[in-house]
Amino acid sequence: MEQKLTINGDTQVVDVPAATLLVEVLRDTLGLTGTHIGCDTSQCGACNVLVDGVAVKSCTLLSAQAEGAVITTIEGLGTAERLHPMQQAFRDAHGLQCGFCTPGMVIAGLEIVRKHGTRLTPELVAHELEGNLCRCTGYLNIVKAIVAGAAAMERIDA
Amino acid sequence: MRDFALHRPASLADAAAAFAGGGEAAYLAGGHTLIPAMKSRLRMPDALVDLAGLGLSGITREGDRLWIGATTRHADVAAGATAIPGLAALAAGIGDPQVRNRGTLGGSVANNDPAADYPAAALALDAIIETDRGRHGADDFFQGMFTTALAEGEIITRIGFAIPQRSAYAKFRHPASRYAVVGVYVADFGGAWRVAVTGAGPGVFRWAEAEAAIAAGRPLPAMPADDLNSDIHAGPEYRAHLCGVMLGKALAALI
Repeated sequence: MEQKLTINGDTQVVDVPAATLLVEVLRDTLGLTGTHIGCDTSQCGACNVLVDGVAVKSCTLLSAQAEGAVITTIEGLGTAERLHPMQQAFRDAHGLQCGFCTPGMVIAGLEIVRKHGTRLTPELVAHELEGNLCRCTGYLNIVKAIVAGAAAMERIDA
Repeated sequence: MRDFALHRPASLADAAAAFAGGGEAAYLAGGHTLIPAMKSRLRMPDALVDLAGLGLSGITREGDRLWIGATTRHADVAAGATAIPGLAALAAGIGDPQVRNRGTLGGSVANNDPAADYPAAALALDAIIETDRGRHGADDFFQGMFTTALAEGEIITRIGFAIPQRSAYAKFRHPASRYAVVGVYVADFGGAWRVAVTGAGPGVFRWAEAEAAIAAGRPLPAMPADDLNSDIHAGPEYRAHLCGVMLGKALAALI
């Protein structure tokens, strides 16, 4: 079925079976491979994207369900030359090791800012990360990165 | 996932017609149970009828009931069900933040997973399950594992929870799935108590002995292990013990 999707500011028309997941359209049809498939069972959050600004697991959403919405993936946040403050914070705080979970973690960080603002405590971030798994870091630097990234977003907004 | 015909009706009548259009059909609400089931081919519908366009979301208070639309997402119940803080807290503990951004009240209640959270609230809060065909009382609605009073193709439109004086939900959640190994919802309707247990048995059920004991100020009863679930997560004796522990935690947390 033909679907019209708004992804990172561009309108994309794709022709895919109805049974296509949003993450499959992103990765396989459009080549936006920054969004990862980790568990494929709604647990790990590696496939997090923003749909109308709200974080969702794109492995548990049909692409058809995202028609008419504004979709933002990790590719839509910043550029290699000018990272989004949340991405820069992950780099500065060494909030990753292998990097597989990182796109989903960055999106989760933005979701935490959406819900709780830019002044975060490590305890709150750790709690709100319950839908994201990392098998490398032990989470400490991820939590530090999100706290710092949120603060940096406030500075940029101001 | 096997392919299917996707229908996106704009009215309840069109949704019911699409459902009845031939082959195995399923309604899609938030999809956070159905889509995983379809990915693992536990469900292989020929037609999927998306309820997102029916305008069934929202929270309104009418007298002594809080009505919540069937496609209201868990995150919105957590933020908006302020008239029943215990229900809002329950919604805030389902799954994880991203799951709560998509999963819906109606989907959970229609599915009636024996370890789901919402059925406990619906039963303890004496809910009315309103559909495109009429109304069901919660006491008759939940009929055991994945079984409800819904007829084939019947659509939940909204659910009306009786507003208690105080209520609370306590669950021992499985650390990976976040479903309730055992969950107990306690509601105080001015001295009349309702206690509903999820996760422990083949379906949500009221704990009449606990209701009577709380009302009379007697010591809380022990849950018999007979007929409780046994699976890789917990045996019946452990679940029976958890029922008492969760009952005590819920009573201590009444809001």
